[in-house]
Amino acid sequence: MGLIDIFTSLVKIIAVLAYVYGLLWVLGKSSRWVKIAGILVAFGIIQLVITVNIGGSPIFNGFDLGLLFQACSMTMVALGLNLIYGFNGQFSLGQYGFYGIGAYTAADITYRWINGDARGLIVVLSGVIIVGLMIFGLRQIIHRYRGIPVLTQFTLYLVGTILAGIVAVYIGRGIAPAINPLLGTNLVPGALAQGIPLQVVFFLAIICAGVFAAETSFLFGLPVLTLGSDYFGIATLGFTIVVNTLMLNSDTILPFPEMKGGRGMIGIPKLTTWFWAFVFLVLVIVVMRNIIRSSSGRTIMSVREDEVAARAMGVDVADTKLISFMVGSLFAGIGGAIYAHYIGFLSPNTFNFLLSFNPLIIVVFGGLGSMSGTIAATFGWTFFLEGLLRNLLGTMGTDAPTWRYVLYPVTLLVVMLIRPQGLLGTTEWGFLKDILIKPRVKPQVAAPGPIAPAESQQGLD
Amino acid sequence: MQKASVSTTAPTLAHGPKTRLAWVGQGFLLILAVLALYIVVRNLIQDPVQFGQIIIGGLQLGFVYALIALGYTMVYGIVKLINFAHGDVFMVGAFVSFFSVTKFNLESWPAVVFPGLPAAVVVVIGTLTVILLSMIVCTVLAITIERVAYKPLRDAPRIAALITAIGVSFFLEYFGALKFVFTPEFIPYPSPFTVVTFYINNGIQMMVPGKPLPGHVVTFTSIFVIFIVATLLVQFLLQYLVHRTKIGIAMRATSFDKPAARLMGINVDQVISFTFAVGAAFAGLGGVLYAIAYSSIWTQLGILPGLKAFVAAVVGGIGSIPGAFVGALIMGLAENLTMGYISTPMRDAVAFTILILVLLIRPTGLFGEPEKEKA
Repeated sequence: MGLIDIFTSLVKIIAVLAYVYGLLWVLGKSSRWVKIAGILVAFGIIQLVITVNIGGSPIFNGFDLGLLFQACSMTMVALGLNLIYGFNGQFSLGQYGFYGIGAYTAADITYRWINGDARGLIVVLSGVIIVGLMIFGLRQIIHRYRGIPVLTQFTLYLVGTILAGIVAVYIGRGIAPAINPLLGTNLVPGALAQGIPLQVVFFLAIICAGVFAAETSFLFGLPVLTLGSDYFGIATLGFTIVVNTLMLNSDTILPFPEMKGGRGMIGIPKLTTWFWAFVFLVLVIVVMRNIIRSSSGRTIMSVREDEVAARAMGVDVADTKLISFMVGSLFAGIGGAIYAHYIGFLSPNTFNFLLSFNPLIIVVFGGLGSMSGTIAATFGWTFFLEGLLRNLLGTMGTDAPTWRYVLYPVTLLVVMLIRPQGLLGTTEWGFLKDILIKPRVKPQVAAPGPIAPAESQQGLD
Repeated sequence: MQKASVSTTAPTLAHGPKTRLAWVGQGFLLILAVLALYIVVRNLIQDPVQFGQIIIGGLQLGFVYALIALGYTMVYGIVKLINFAHGDVFMVGAFVSFFSVTKFNLESWPAVVFPGLPAAVVVVIGTLTVILLSMIVCTVLAITIERVAYKPLRDAPRIAALITAIGVSFFLEYFGALKFVFTPEFIPYPSPFTVVTFYINNGIQMMVPGKPLPGHVVTFTSIFVIFIVATLLVQFLLQYLVHRTKIGIAMRATSFDKPAARLMGINVDQVISFTFAVGAAFAGLGGVLYAIAYSSIWTQLGILPGLKAFVAAVVGGIGSIPGAFVGALIMGLAENLTMGYISTPMRDAVAFTILILVLLIRPTGLFGEPEKEKA
C-alpha cells in the first residue's frame, strides 16, 4: 500500500463529493430542460467512468463501484433518518431494522422469481397493497372519532394487518401456479425470469420493499412514537435487535428456508446497476426535498421545534410524527433493496444493531436538519471508512479490521469535540438551498384584516 | 435543534376527557397477560423443579442487570445522557479481574504475605481485593471518560454527547479486541475461589464434587448467594449515600435543577464526576461477579447486558434506585422465562416488549415520579 494509492483514494473521495455537489447544483436550475440534461450528464459521467478503461483497468474498479453503490443505499437510509431525527426530532435507532427488512424482502422476491417461484412477488405485492388499503380505510374511520386510545388503534390495525396477510397468502397460492411455468428453473430460466421482465420485477421488488418497511414502521411507530424521545430511541434500538434476531432465525422461527438464518442468504441476483442506484438516489433526494419544502415539511419541523406550540397551531402531532417515520423507513427499505441486489449476499451481521449507529453518526456528522450535509457525509464516510481506512490498514495483518474500528471512534470523538453541531451545520447546497418556499407572486402590502385567508387553511386538520 | 433534544418526555397517550373503545386495547393487553400467565402456570404445574431453576437463573441475571442499571439510572437522572460506554466499563471490570487473577495471582496475596492465615480468610480477603481493584480501575476509567469525552460537550446539543458515548463504547470494545490487549476471542475465566453448588433436597445441602445429584432437584451456586448479598448491600449503601449524605443531597439537587444547584454553591461538575464514578464502581463489581458466574468473557460482553440494564432502569423509572433494582429483576426473570418456555433467540425481544408495554401504561416507569410540566 503505497502513497500513490492513498493519494488516488483521496482524489476519488474529493471527486465524488464534487460530483454530488454538481448534481445538486444542476437539480437546482430553474429550467426543466437544463435539469433533464444535467441529470443525464450526471448519470453519464459515472457510467463513463465505470465503462471506459485507461490502460487496461477502469478508473472506477469493482471495489470503487461497490463503494459507490454502498454510498447510494446508505444515503437513502441516512436521509430517511435525517427526516425522522433531524427534521422531526424523533431520536430513532431503528433505521437499520427497516434497512434490513427492505433488503430481505426485495432479495426474497427476486430470489424466488429466478428460481421459478412467483409466490414471493405476488404475496408481497398483494399484501402490501391490501395492508395499505386497510390502513388507509381504517384511518379514515378512526379519524372520525376523537379520543380513541393508541393501544386500541394499534390493536385494530394489528388485527387488520394479520387478516390482510392471510388474504395475501391465499391470493399468492391461487395465482402463483399459473405464472410459475413461465419462469423456468434456476438452470433454465424461462421467458419471464430474464431480460426486461426481470428488471420490471426488480423495480417492483424495490417498491414493495420500501412500502413494506413503511407499513411495518407504521404498525411499530403507532404505539412507540407516543413514548418520549430517548425512550423512543431505546425502543427503536430494540426493534433493530428483534429484527436482527428474526433474521438470524429466519429458517427456524420464520418460515423462510431460503434465507438460511445466520448462515446468510446467498444467490441473490446482482441486479443493481448504476442506472437503478442513480434513479432511486435522485428520486429519494427530490421527494425528500419537496416534502421538506411543502406545508407538511413545515408541520414536521414545527413538531421538532415545540410540540405544544405545534399542537396549539392545530398540527396533529401524532400523525406528523408517524408520517415522517414512515417516509424515513420507506427510504431505508429502498436503500436496503438496492444494497441487497448489489452485494448478492445478505448476512444478519450486516444489520447488527451495533452498525445501526452508523446512520445516526452520519446524520449528526453532516449536521442535523441538513440534507446536503447528510449526502456529503455519507459519501465521505463510505469512501473514508470502507475505502481509505481499509486500504491503509490492509497490510497490517489480522488485526486490521479491528484497527479500523479503533481509528473510527477516535476520529468520531475528535470531530465531535471540535464541531459538535456537525461538519456542515445546517448549510444547504444548490438544489436544497432554499428550503422555505419563496413566494411566487410579490406579497402585497398586508391589508389589515382579521385573518389572512391563505394561512388560516394551513394546519387545520 | 437544541430544543428538540431537550424536550421533555411528556406522555402523549390519548387519554382525553372521554376515551372511546379503550376496552379493545385493554383487552389486547389482557389477552397477552393471560397468555403469558397460562404458559408460566402450565409449566409450573408440569415441572416445578425446572421452574425453580429458571427462576433462580433469572434472579441471578436480574442481579447482574441491577448492578449495571444503578450506574445508568443515576447518570441519566443527572445529565440525561444514555451512557452507552457504561456496559463496556462493566466489561473492563471483568477483564481487570481476569488479569489480576491469571497474571498476578492477586487472589492469593494474603497467603503469601501472612503464611499462617486459614484458607477461608485468604479466599475472602483475596477475592475482595480482586473485586476492589476492578472497582477502582473502573472508577478511574469512568472519570477519565467523563472528563475527556462528555465534559467538553456539556453545553453542546445533547446528541453530540450521545455520539461521543457511542464512540467511547466502540473504542473500548474494539481496542480491547486487538491482539495485544484482550484479543477478540472468548476467554475462559478462572474463578478466584472454587464455586460451590448447593441443592434443595430436604433443606439446603452442599453438592460434593464427583457425587451425582439425588434426582431432579433445584440447584444454585455460591455466586448466587454472593450476588444477593452484594446487590442488597449496594442498594442500602446507595440509599444511604443519596438520602443521608451531603454529596447525595448535592446529587439530587443537580438532577432536579442544574443551574439552581450551581447557584446554591454546589460544584456541579464534581457531582457529575462523582456520579459517574459511583456507577462505574458498581459496574466493576458486577463485571467481576458476572465473569465468575458465567465463567467466559470477551470484549463485547458488556453491550447487551448494558442495553438491557438501561431498559431495566427505564422500566423501573429512571432516576429511582429501588426502581432500577425491581426493573432489573423483572428483566432477568422475563428473559429467563422466555428462554425456558418460548424460544431462546427471542430473549432479547421480550425485554424491549416489556419496555414498550410498561411505558405505554405508565410513561414514567414503575417507580418514577410523574414528570413535572416544564415551561
